[in-house]
Amino acid sequence: MRKLLFKSLFRAPLSEAAPTLADAEVQELATRVGGAARRRLGRSLAIREVDAGSCNGCELEIHALSNPYYDVERFGIRFVASPRHADVLLVTGPVTKNMREALLRTYEAVPGPKWVVALGDCALDGGCFKDSYAVAGGVSAVLPVDLHIPGCPPPPLDILRGLLALLDRVAVGTARAPG
Amino acid sequence: MPSLIDLNLEGQQVQRHRPWPRTVIDSAVWGFATRQLAERRWSLLSLWGEPAMVHMALFDSRSAEIGVVSLECPDKHFPSVAAHHPPAQRLERSIQDLFGLVADGATDSRPWLDHGQWGVRAPQGEAVAITAPEPPYPFLKVEGEGVHQAAVGPVHAGIIEPGHFRFSVSGETVVRLEQRLGYVHKGTEALMIGADPIRAARLAGRVSGDSTVAYGFAFARAVEAASDLAVPPRAVWLRALCAELERLANHLGDIGGICNDAAFALLLAHFGALREIVLRAAATAFGHRLMRDVIVPGGIARDIDDAGKAAIRAALATIRRQFPELVELYDDTASLQDRTVSTGVLKPELAAQYCAGGFVGRASGRGFDTRRTLAYPPYQDLRFEVPVLQQGDVNARIWIRIREVEQSLSLIDQILDQLPRGPLLAPLPVQGQGEGVALVEGFRGDVLVWLRLRDGVIARCHLRDPSWFQWPLLEAAIEGNIVADFPLCNKSFNCSYSGVDL
Ligand code: SF4
Repeated sequence: MRKLLFKSLFRAPLSEAAPTLADAEVQELATRVGGAARRRLGRSLAIREVDAGSCNGCELEIHALSNPYYDVERFGIRFVASPRHADVLLVTGPVTKNMREALLRTYEAVPGPKWVVALGDCALDGGCFKDSYAVAGGVSAVLPVDLHIPGCPPPPLDILRGLLALLDRVAVGTARAPG
Repeated sequence: MPSLIDLNLEGQQVQRHRPWPRTVIDSAVWGFATRQLAERRWSLLSLWGEPAMVHMALFDSRSAEIGVVSLECPDKHFPSVAAHHPPAQRLERSIQDLFGLVADGATDSRPWLDHGQWGVRAPQGEAVAITAPEPPYPFLKVEGEGVHQAAVGPVHAGIIEPGHFRFSVSGETVVRLEQRLGYVHKGTEALMIGADPIRAARLAGRVSGDSTVAYGFAFARAVEAASDLAVPPRAVWLRALCAELERLANHLGDIGGICNDAAFALLLAHFGALREIVLRAAATAFGHRLMRDVIVPGGIARDIDDAGKAAIRAALATIRRQFPELVELYDDTASLQDRTVSTGVLKPELAAQYCAGGFVGRASGRGFDTRRTLAYPPYQDLRFEVPVLQQGDVNARIWIRIREVEQSLSLIDQILDQLPRGPLLAPLPVQGQGEGVALVEGFRGDVLVWLRLRDGVIARCHLRDPSWFQWPLLEAAIEGNIVADFPLCNKSFNCSYSGVDL
């Protein structure tokens, strides 16, 4: 192990430069960000992820955000275990009817101010599962959504871009004209 | 001893069911087949329903034969298989939930997928609207002094799929684990009905995100079997390339993940980086990190170019350089081995009874690998070993993965060296008719797809994830372990939720 650790000291880091933000994403964000939120967040986001019916593809790419290449923690973005510790609910999947209540309860457990990010094509409107008897619809059928990150699944860089846009928006707060 | 062939003589063979036969039998023969399962002569590959029929896929390991038998049940009843052969239990409960067919004599008739939220009962059979609230789900009781329950999920502390685990615990020791799944049931099989094979293939590719290639592959093979279509050789080889890249990426991610659950984060970082390298190579080669929708019925949707090949070769070179060191670190770290050796033991008898596929079965003495046992193309032309261990603990499941990583590296090399030239797609017959079944080795085991094509669209499709037979084994393997070792055991099995909730 010492050998490995020693080597890592000299190896160039794997992390890459942060992506630039597309205006469209920043603009897609809601404007419910006040001064209180800014003070509370201080350029960090605590995220509680909820799989509300995903195929798990979206989760795989969310996991990838923590690998040494993307290493989201360097941006102040953390995934937390409890909704009580979260600022953001990151929801994937079409919301299945069997998950609707669990999703709602998790949302209610997040203290305000809070944001909901819907991730993946399914989360928008149910994707290719939308007409099923077992699916309630996209995330917005159950919760107010502030940002949607498209893709099936979105690659980590797109997710990162979306989350940074949210962070950016929160940091700037109401100072920026709403999109 | 009767073989599966004899069974076919007992009933009426269905025309145009390929490549193995399907036979409609009566309830006496159904009962006979069930007893053969109970006596371990045959193994159960799957059990599924239609509005007035049940089907069972059987495997005879001595002759490597597969047979599908079907029983008509116009009165909505069929003799329970699970009453004699427990691995059928959850499949049977699902048939009851989705089609309203009752398994007579079943030992457990509680609902499985149906949580009382759909607004209908038997949505894929003769659907009945429900208005009254459902009674709460009765969990199994555990009694005894000092036994208490811990309820976990469906929303877990980590980024994983939703499911509910009910632990009955005495002190620190797990006395019983009961799983309750179904939270991500999306009605996928119902959505497939009436869809053309291309649209249905997209749904099949979304059954389980980490096995999107395996599902695309199995679904395509089933469509091609049903329509008796030969696929161009280049597509056949590229499919195997995708399948091995998927296996590689998943095993690398899982080995790191298991070590992380034993609080050894260093290996997660290293294995996570290797997994990322594979996904990036896949994106360069096939335009999508998970290679979703790359395999299509009739062939493959995307060719690989020189840049793609170079990216894959470069990824292989990096893994070959770093992987042995990491394995050595795993093997040399006593604190890590202390957590994985003799933890979560799955006994070989149980693995055999449940037909456990993939690394779960192979770590417990079951040498079944669809790529070898059924040798579908191009695997009959490739050299590889199927590693098997007997210990059945977390450590053994890690070692099987390590060996499979090495095998996949070699397979990818062989495929790139021998990749034939030629077209990528064979056109599907417009008015495809027939039935097809296919088994493909996904990273976690054998994925089975059975389907019926009528007038060029899907009339019924059944997709069976290997996790159906692995989830119950996790319940058995955790018994007697401490609660704190559950994440470790769970990750070493890495069963799919979406794949079984379907
Ligand atoms: S968007 Fe795609 S990857 Fe994400 S849950 Fe839906 S099907 Fe899976």
